[in-house]
Amino acid sequence: MRAVVVLVPGLNRDRDMIAALEKISATPPLTVWATDTDLPAADLILVPGGFSYGDYLRCGAIAARLPVMQAVIKAAHNGVPVLGVCNGFQILIEAGLLPGALMRNASLRFVCKQVRLEVTNADTVFTRKYSQGQIIDCPVAHHDGNYFAQPDELAALEDRGGVVFRYAEGTNPNGSLNDIAGIVNDKGNVLGLMPHPENLIEPLNGGTDGRALFESALAEVA
Amino acid sequence: MKARVIVTLKNGVLDPQGKAIEGALSSMGHDGVTQIRQGKVFDIELEDGTSDPEAKVKAMCEALLTNTVIESYSIEIED
Repeated sequence: MRAVVVLVPGLNRDRDMIAALEKISATPPLTVWATDTDLPAADLILVPGGFSYGDYLRCGAIAARLPVMQAVIKAAHNGVPVLGVCNGFQILIEAGLLPGALMRNASLRFVCKQVRLEVTNADTVFTRKYSQGQIIDCPVAHHDGNYFAQPDELAALEDRGGVVFRYAEGTNPNGSLNDIAGIVNDKGNVLGLMPHPENLIEPLNGGTDGRALFESALAEVA
Repeated sequence: MKARVIVTLKNGVLDPQGKAIEGALSSMGHDGVTQIRQGKVFDIELEDGTSDPEAKVKAMCEALLTNTVIESYSIEIED
């Protein structure tokens, strides 16, 4: 199993992601830098959170056009599982790997808090170790997590079970349509979510509900 | 040669920033505003004699400057 973490200027959750992978799989992941044009052979690619390029233009827009992301897009098209968290989710959307858009939170405020998520599709590479409908805790920390898609696109996403995580009733922190917190692509190998499962993987973090996501993805490729 | 790209949110896309500005104006006593939508402008300087500047700038809009899921754009070219 070889996990590869994508490093881009302005990300700040990369070390959390690396630590989580190391703690869960006992193997440190490899890293690739923004300007790299090739990826090492990877079984799992992770795009962490942060504020790539200062969120200039649109969140994730500039990072999505980097050379390293062209390699990630290629790998995704070849079926390699790709996980994007927070700014990583925004980058995957801007890269065209996931549908829709992430807009400014409806409250216009940065939200940093614990929310509850419902696992609405436990039949993906990333969620097999959860059960369908399970409610989990997960922290969020973002300013632009308000998921939007045009009505036909949203209907198509819902119809194919593309919504993997929803904010559980009453905890939608950003105004996302249909309480959407995380979505998967058509093929099922690219997942993006705004919450930070990598920050809830051991009791010291205040819980372990994020762990199963990494355990699912790592088991899939082991 | 100059080009100006005006980017606006598509109809039906919620604009919380526009709403907040609307609220601020109204609380300052500026009556009669029925809606504000916030957009952005890019002023682009092109080399003189650039051929088909409109097509060039359109390609830039599609590739990076706009997110066509939520945004529309218009291009003005000034010689």
